[in-house]
Amino acid sequence: MNPYQAGFLLGLVLLTTIFVTGRGLGASGVFKSVVVTAVEEIAPAHAATQPFFQQAHHAGQSPLKSWLVFEALGLVLGAFISGVISHRLTFVTEHAPHITKRQRLVAALIGGMLFGIGAMFARGCTSGAALSGLAVLSVGGLMTMGAIFGSAYGVAWFFRRLWI
Amino acid sequence: MMGPFVPDVISDELNLIVGLLIGVAFGFVLEQAGFSSSRKLTGLFYGTDFTVLRVFFTAGITAMCGITMLSQVGLLDTHVIYIHPTFIYAALIGGGIMGVGFVVGGYCPGTSFCGAAIGKIDAAVFVLGGILGVFLFGEAYPWIEPYYLGAALGDPTADKLLHMTPGIVGLGMIVIAVSAFIATSMIEKKINPQGPASEFPRTLHIAAAAGTIALGFVLAILPPREQRLMTLANDEAYHAAHPIPQMSADELAFRILDKDPLVQLIDVRSPTAYEKVGLPGATNIPVEQFFGRQWHDVLGSRKRKVFIGEDQQASIAAAGLASLLGYKEVYALEGGLSGFEATILNAQPATGDSPKGNAETHEFRVAAAPRLMAMIKERGQTKPVARPVKKVVGGCGV
Repeated sequence: MNPYQAGFLLGLVLLTTIFVTGRGLGASGVFKSVVVTAVEEIAPAHAATQPFFQQAHHAGQSPLKSWLVFEALGLVLGAFISGVISHRLTFVTEHAPHITKRQRLVAALIGGMLFGIGAMFARGCTSGAALSGLAVLSVGGLMTMGAIFGSAYGVAWFFRRLWI
Repeated sequence: MMGPFVPDVISDELNLIVGLLIGVAFGFVLEQAGFSSSRKLTGLFYGTDFTVLRVFFTAGITAMCGITMLSQVGLLDTHVIYIHPTFIYAALIGGGIMGVGFVVGGYCPGTSFCGAAIGKIDAAVFVLGGILGVFLFGEAYPWIEPYYLGAALGDPTADKLLHMTPGIVGLGMIVIAVSAFIATSMIEKKINPQGPASEFPRTLHIAAAAGTIALGFVLAILPPREQRLMTLANDEAYHAAHPIPQMSADELAFRILDKDPLVQLIDVRSPTAYEKVGLPGATNIPVEQFFGRQWHDVLGSRKRKVFIGEDQQASIAAAGLASLLGYKEVYALEGGLSGFEATILNAQPATGDSPKGNAETHEFRVAAAPRLMAMIKERGQTKPVARPVKKVVGGCGV
């Protein structure tokens, strides 16, 4: 799909979300819901002493019963449907020719970890903070957006072997 | 009916289904845009493929223009939508860490779900990493907290910070985005001659860019809805064409003394002025608050609403604004509060040569004054309460 056309459609999805629900799109919040649920299941005593996990707690309700979790389930479903339509369903590890599969997976794990940490810090990721923030002209969202892309360009040269 | 519809129209439970459907659209578009591929995503940082930048900015600008337009026509209440809060340290440190995560991991959370959904193993591993990262953040939170909460500015938006209308800031964003699109396409064609930009239909893109900039100019020139309605409500020519019904001081005095349950007094002066002195039973709603939802129950009631400003003009402006906002049964107090004081509260017993013809009215005023004064003195804590404004909860942290 032409990227501007895709962007326009994504913008309409975001606009509909804000118009109907008053909130923006998101993704990283799901990590938190999963972590909070897991920690509470595995080590409830520990969870009770953790202020960060306490914050996400709505009395008596599972953190998995949240808007973002449902939205993310839809996201996976929607991407899957798109993959079926465009014949892109394959189990594959995508990597640059100069690195091994294993190296790519280690990088993905570390990158994911960093993204998780950063997204909790900034209270949102590329979707929740940067994109949704840009749509409503949120100062914090625009700052986060600038920091993500600024830092990515700043370090891209050091990690070029991973990609080219 | 004004959006957003959560939580007033759409319940929290139903909203989960809405979220699921929105997610399907979100995921479908992301995957169609090619965001399930880490090598395509990271092309942004090496100049080989600027798809991310194109999709991201086009989406942001589309939503931003849409919000401005919906709010212009009064379909969206921008006071209650979720605005991502500003914590300077957290935004910069968190964003900085995410940037490194993006380059190393090749995905961001939304696109990693997308990639995992179609079988990308690196995307699934990225998701695992994300979960691990959040866990580590939670464990380290006590040490991180000062930076997490530091330099908090509330939830400012760029237009308020710059003292501009959202339309003008929006035009600026459009110009920046279009410039970035042109520049990056030139870079991409140099670095990667087979990249996506090589296939763009040139004329169509130029037309789309010109159209978007033109729309930006229109939105920048139009005054925001609140400002526009305020101007109209204070415009004498408008009131000459659309006269607002008025209630005379005598009738109001009679209805107050009669304790007419079908009349609602709305005092539009400042809260300080209202605290000092006000008519019995009046609710204080300064004009600026007419736009929010918190007084919808009061302003939208079926009672006859009498708007009381300091003088005639302020009363008519307030009633006019209420009427412009679509509220019915709207009246302005003739002469305003100062007129009411002069004709009713300060009415003196006739001294012999009182004006002819209105002796009866005059008698009523003289009799009403002390009773009203007593009621004003007693005016206790009977102020009707505003409905609390339910701000939408949102964001990724919740």
